[in-house]
Amino acid sequence: MSTSKAMQQSFALRFSSGAFLAFWCLLAAFPIFWIAIMSFKSPVDAFADSPWDVISGPATRAAGNGLSVIDIVVGLIVLYFSIRWAFTRLPGLVQQYSPPAFLVLGWVFGAVLYAVAFILVFFGLLPLVLSVVNSILGPLGTPVLGLTTEHYVAVWGENEFYRNFLNSMLVTAGVVTISLTVGTLAGYGLARSGSDLAFWLLILALIFRALPHSVLVAGYLPVFINSSEILRPIFGEGAPTLYGQPWAVIAVLVSINQPFTIWMLRSFFQNIPAELDEAARVDGCSHFQAFRRVIMPVMWPGVITTGLFSFLLGYNDFLVTSLLLDAQNQTMVPAIAGYFNRETTTTDQVEAVAAAVSITAPLFLLVMVFQRQIVSGLTAGAVKG
Amino acid sequence: MKFRTFAAFVGPSVFMMLLFIAAPLISVFIQSFQVTQPILEQVEVETCTPGFLTQTCTTEIKTVPVLDDNGKTITETRWVGLQSYKNVLQMDKFWAAVGNGSWNDIMQIDFWKALRFTLSFTLLTLPLVIGVGLAIALAVNNATRAIRGPIIFISLLPFIITPVIGSLSIYWLFVGDGILTAMMERWSGQNISMFAQAWTIELLMYFYRVWHVAPFAFVIFYAGLQTVNMDTLESAVIDGASRWERLRHVIVPHLMPLIVFIALIHLMDCYRVFEEIVGFRSQAHVISLQWLTYDFMTPDDAGNRAISRASASAMLTMIGIVFLLILPLRRTWRDHKGSAH
Repeated sequence: MSTSKAMQQSFALRFSSGAFLAFWCLLAAFPIFWIAIMSFKSPVDAFADSPWDVISGPATRAAGNGLSVIDIVVGLIVLYFSIRWAFTRLPGLVQQYSPPAFLVLGWVFGAVLYAVAFILVFFGLLPLVLSVVNSILGPLGTPVLGLTTEHYVAVWGENEFYRNFLNSMLVTAGVVTISLTVGTLAGYGLARSGSDLAFWLLILALIFRALPHSVLVAGYLPVFINSSEILRPIFGEGAPTLYGQPWAVIAVLVSINQPFTIWMLRSFFQNIPAELDEAARVDGCSHFQAFRRVIMPVMWPGVITTGLFSFLLGYNDFLVTSLLLDAQNQTMVPAIAGYFNRETTTTDQVEAVAAAVSITAPLFLLVMVFQRQIVSGLTAGAVKG
Repeated sequence: MKFRTFAAFVGPSVFMMLLFIAAPLISVFIQSFQVTQPILEQVEVETCTPGFLTQTCTTEIKTVPVLDDNGKTITETRWVGLQSYKNVLQMDKFWAAVGNGSWNDIMQIDFWKALRFTLSFTLLTLPLVIGVGLAIALAVNNATRAIRGPIIFISLLPFIITPVIGSLSIYWLFVGDGILTAMMERWSGQNISMFAQAWTIELLMYFYRVWHVAPFAFVIFYAGLQTVNMDTLESAVIDGASRWERLRHVIVPHLMPLIVFIALIHLMDCYRVFEEIVGFRSQAHVISLQWLTYDFMTPDDAGNRAISRASASAMLTMIGIVFLLILPLRRTWRDHKGSAH
């Protein structure tokens, strides 16, 4: 963009706008990075009142957990190369080894494999090697930065947070797949139909979008708890109690998400020229064939974006999951509320911090990989009106 | 598109929305006029304890729930009219407080307390979110192209984070002698505790919400700024408009539809404020309407859930939604009619 002379800005303006931006970035990132730092310290350090103590962690170091200069340098180098490798070589390997029909599965498999390998090397192999190196090197090998992973071990091991993680994954995966399947069909139908009915459905969806979720849950709760008695005339003795069932929660979250999904997918489908499927119809396809053969191959950007937002809804939900799931099927976000009640010692508090960081980490990766899609999704609904 | 094909495409989605959104609404509406309680009966129980010569026997009347063949308590559902609404609204206390002219007395009643907070939360954060979002968008638009990507990445973090975790992360910075409280204490020389009184908690909640939603406004405004007509801007410069006048008369009118969109979404989302109450653990000081309903639904110590009161408070919450949506819906209706003729 070439700026004409008239549009040039004074130095003061440029400087203050830059300073404001720097301040905003600090504000945006600080709480998240700070809890990430806290989660690696012993309780005394994590809740110390001087920021420098939290970062350097003297009490953690005194307890014998710390990183030496060598550790930090080697760790950073390994981190840098593994990230570089993930972005340069991994895509090529995935393309090479996965059959073209299962490219998505290949990506998922590749990502999981990479994550496991990374964890093994970074947290398994590296400490072993470095402890030997540290003991040889003397002064360079003494710890300077307090750091401990004991809270993560406690959260994921003793407190069995992985159960909550698996429940979260189950609910989220269910929400994403079902709401995309149902929503894509509806979004396409709404985008291609100019009828009054389509308009009214969209307005109805807008009203549903505004409803507080607690209003809906007040409707589900008595029915779900007594569902085996209510459903007995239909299903006989095997009638399920819906309360506490993950798939019932999935159905609820999909429906709550539906208004947003169909609005968003509709705006994506409107961007696909209608001539495309009209041409297919002229060639003798039915509406469904046109959808399957012509629209499906070009709709993926919109579907991925909508899928991301469905993922966020399922993953972030607290209200529905905490009221409709019982303790053994609890997902991660409500499970963290369980820490409040136990949070009597400072160790419990830091464990809660570690659990919170564990919940945030996948979201962080998500933004890293899908930043472009998220931005386009946010703007798609608004800019086109 | 024929109606049958349209119905086949839209059917599953509409079915789910009707089953899980419309039907619960109706059932909540009905529940709010009903109360379900276990049937109680009074029985005369004679208890005898062995004594010298004769047994000592006492008879007393106990109230016990009636059990069915399986040993479960039998419940009955009664129509109670507006009783649940009265329990939630507590109008007698409310009018007494109004009669005394005492604002504090009104704020002792849960529902009115929640309503006051929800409304001030919604209305106060709205201009802040739009202002901060616009400011970030303008600043990013000013910045060098190379750093825009990283800035957008960092800005998205507060937006994408789980709301409960986001409010917790701010809570942990201030709780007890957290680093920021300690810093403020050092500056002011006073002992500060952020979570001991309502207004400081509320301030943190406003801050959290602006922090959480401003990125959303920013991304949308930023996209809108890319389509500002440069020619109009330049002619404004030639006409001698100052930077502020250009912002006021060219850029803001251009972004107006987006501002309306963000305001609408923000009003909807803020009205259901809930996660902040959980994250900041503020239920003793500050509560919101949605939290009130949630609280009625969580089992109390005896394991009972106050479903009918929850339904009544849910229906009262709905009234607010109607007010909120009436204006935009009227406008859409007029646009639709205008386009049809």
